[in-house]
Amino acid sequence: MNSVVLNSNDISRAITRIAHEILEKNQGAENLVLVGIRTRGVTLSKRLQEKIKAIENVQVDLGMLDITLYRDDLGSGKNPPQLKATEIAFSIEGKDVILCDDVLFTGRTIRAAFDALMDFGRPASIQLAVLIDRGHRELPIRPDYVGKNIPTSKAMRVKVKLKEDDDGEDQVIVIDQTS
Amino acid sequence: MKILIKGGQLIDPANKREGLYDLVIEKRKVLSVEKSGELSAKDIEGAEIIDAKGLIVAPGFIDMHVHFREPGHEYKETIETGCQSAAAGGFTSVATMPNTDPVNDTRSVTEFILRKAKETGIVNVYPIGAITQGLKGERLSEMGDLKDAGVVGFSDDGRPVMNSELMRRALEYSKMFGLPCIQHSEMLDLTEDGCMNEGFISTALGLKGMPTEAEDIMVYRDISLLPKTGGRLHVAHISSGLSVDLVRQAKAKGLEVTCEVAPHHFALTDEAVKDYDPNAKMSPPLRCKSDIEAIKEGLRDDTIDIIATDHAPHDLIDKQVEFNRACFGIVGLETALPLTLRLVDEKVFSMSKMIEKLTSRPAEIFNLDRGALGVGDIADIVIFDPKAEYEIDVQQFKSKSKNSPFNGWKVKGKVIKTLVAGKTVFSAPSN
Amino acid sequence: MTETMPLSVKHILGTRDMSREDITTILDAADSFKEISTRQIKKVPTLRGRTVINLFFEPSTRTRTSFEIAGKRLSADVINISGSTSSAVKGENLIDSARNLEAMNPDILVIRHASAGAANLLTQFVDCPVINAGDGSHEHPTQALLDLLTIREHMRKESFEGLKVAIIGDIMHSRVVRSNIFAMKTLGMEVTVVGPPTLMPVEISHLGVKVEYDLEKAIRDVDVIMVLRIQLERQNQYNLASLREYSNLFCLTTETLKNARDDVLIIHPGPVNRGIEIALDVMEGEHSLILNQVTNGVAVRMALLYLLLGGGHEDLN
Repeated sequence: MNSVVLNSNDISRAITRIAHEILEKNQGAENLVLVGIRTRGVTLSKRLQEKIKAIENVQVDLGMLDITLYRDDLGSGKNPPQLKATEIAFSIEGKDVILCDDVLFTGRTIRAAFDALMDFGRPASIQLAVLIDRGHRELPIRPDYVGKNIPTSKAMRVKVKLKEDDDGEDQVIVIDQTS
Repeated sequence: MKILIKGGQLIDPANKREGLYDLVIEKRKVLSVEKSGELSAKDIEGAEIIDAKGLIVAPGFIDMHVHFREPGHEYKETIETGCQSAAAGGFTSVATMPNTDPVNDTRSVTEFILRKAKETGIVNVYPIGAITQGLKGERLSEMGDLKDAGVVGFSDDGRPVMNSELMRRALEYSKMFGLPCIQHSEMLDLTEDGCMNEGFISTALGLKGMPTEAEDIMVYRDISLLPKTGGRLHVAHISSGLSVDLVRQAKAKGLEVTCEVAPHHFALTDEAVKDYDPNAKMSPPLRCKSDIEAIKEGLRDDTIDIIATDHAPHDLIDKQVEFNRACFGIVGLETALPLTLRLVDEKVFSMSKMIEKLTSRPAEIFNLDRGALGVGDIADIVIFDPKAEYEIDVQQFKSKSKNSPFNGWKVKGKVIKTLVAGKTVFSAPSN
Repeated sequence: MTETMPLSVKHILGTRDMSREDITTILDAADSFKEISTRQIKKVPTLRGRTVINLFFEPSTRTRTSFEIAGKRLSADVINISGSTSSAVKGENLIDSARNLEAMNPDILVIRHASAGAANLLTQFVDCPVINAGDGSHEHPTQALLDLLTIREHMRKESFEGLKVAIIGDIMHSRVVRSNIFAMKTLGMEVTVVGPPTLMPVEISHLGVKVEYDLEKAIRDVDVIMVLRIQLERQNQYNLASLREYSNLFCLTTETLKNARDDVLIIHPGPVNRGIEIALDVMEGEHSLILNQVTNGVAVRMALLYLLLGGGHEDLN
């Protein structure tokens, strides 16, 4: 059974709110950089970049992170995940890094992203922005900015669809595989 | 004790007999041969009966080219295991090449081999003596003494006699004793470091090739030495199409040349090497399709006189190494019959012709009192089922070594019984 | 999570048994790995705790170092073992080494050996993937892959299809040539081999390549010129009249290069005999991609280690 938990307008409002919260907490955009986790985290970070530009008229640097090489579950028999390039063309040294991903679940992706970011330098802070927090953390990681908390069972899947990623219209669906 | 072999299809090319015959054997020899059912009651009285119905009965096969590794390399094969391998393959006589350690270039080694063979008492062993002392290609061996000790021919097999002067003298000298020189034809300067046929496969695998020219040039050289020397040349394991042609031309001129082919040289091409299978490494190497066609033509028109296996057992320790370092050769005795029968199926030659090339013809060339089943002949007999199908399993080989590229091949033609001088030396396990 | 196309081979023994998809997968992955080598911290934890053994029976600095760096940048433990093939005891080194190493549970064995087929043989004795880092005159697949990666980055066409390459030098003894020919033919490229007939292996044209003895003619219309090291140690006294004459006939110089396209790419698997097969100014000139090849070598080897060992993962969402 599939249910739509966020529609296109909901997503847009959530991103606008998160942009405001980021600017409020960091007292502007001066020291900010955005890093999206491939693939949909990158799309979200681009939307946040646009929102921040619209609000503050500041073009925040944006990087793209592929965490594949930092995963903790490689090498147990299936095909390796496809690599996409990491592109962080600026220094994150001393910056406040807003790390963006679509869904926060076990926290393992974020753990991998921390390790990856640290290899690029020593930021002043890393703050985590996610569109959906579905719970079930396996590591002590919490988001700083959340679009929506959605309580789920582990058997459920949360799918974020964004039009830039050729997913059709924007929406977030919960797929309950038990029923 | 008498033995009656009853109801089999007898093929005895030497006596031009082919049909359903019964044979009685007594005191090592053939006592009588008659059309099936026509033997007198007296002849068969008290005989142990071997039922050969549906089977072929022929003179025991003769392999003029085997390596039994004793003395010197008993971990690969001994005279005893070699003889067991021969019996299992339907061979009742074998000629052992002299590249043992020590080399069979003196009476004492020849006598040792003959004594060992007699003690094991399985098949007839005919030693071949070295052409040159120590196979070094420097000085002739004492051919007279060797002949007196019992050798049936001379060869430096494994190596060629490279020096032309020496080969000329070898042909002259051996003529005095009426024995042939058997040449492993290979111009070594064309095959240095070579480990397979030179061709597309060697190019793709990055292996140093051994061109057919290396064989052709030496075959031609040796043939050229025949008219004046008047010697007898037997070309061992012919593998190149052009060499077959050269022998054909020489025979047409009436020169004293004969030749043999090993079953692997008409059963496989150099494609068999493509996964660096050391069991497909032999010398001369496996050649290409056109050579196989020429060999078949040579068998068809009797340019190629005999089939000989070049039985060359090697332990894993010598084979399971980098391809270029692996030893040359394969176990041949136990796969020769089914591989050769394929040529009968392909109508290259008749069953009778095949048996001739495995029996009476080698006996004739090497002057052996074997290879025929007339009354009074020594009762060396093979009984085989040409239609029995099975899968070759090297683990079942009687040979001490298991190096064969034919493992797992589905083949036709199974030896049922082998008798040497009337004594059963091999019986196929019944199943 | 998108997965890579699985490689159709378990071991990297040669390009001959690789499909077009295999080659593309490896080159694409190598592209992604190049970025890591540009970072200040040139290391990712991907193969932490994995053991890569470099088993080199032939001296090699470049290839061994390249594998070593590739393994280390992926956080694998890299162990270098050099063996000698000169032992009098037949085969002792390779098989015995293989059995001993297998008992130490390596995750990958990289082998360089003077005998063609040595890597193939090794696979019979070990369970882990084997990468052939050059076996006799047979194959050197990682070199061909890095050559192709270098060509792909600089070629004027969109795809390898129809791209024209001339390979100059000792075709007979070169494993680099064989690996390149197999891969290039799989990718639909047009290959011409150039050199004296004494250094052409028999029936080379059956591999789908053209054979040419005239350097100027051979390079006239090609997109890529690959110059091979003339390996003196592999020549017997009959193959060549002299290095001087070889150089007169086959050295790629500014003068001969006038016959080639303006945008021709020049690669050389190294190490270079300067002034013998290629002139110094050509080697250091605008067409030369020789140093790019070295950089790409690390990326290709990282990609292979990753593709052979990096399988298996959960869906993180």
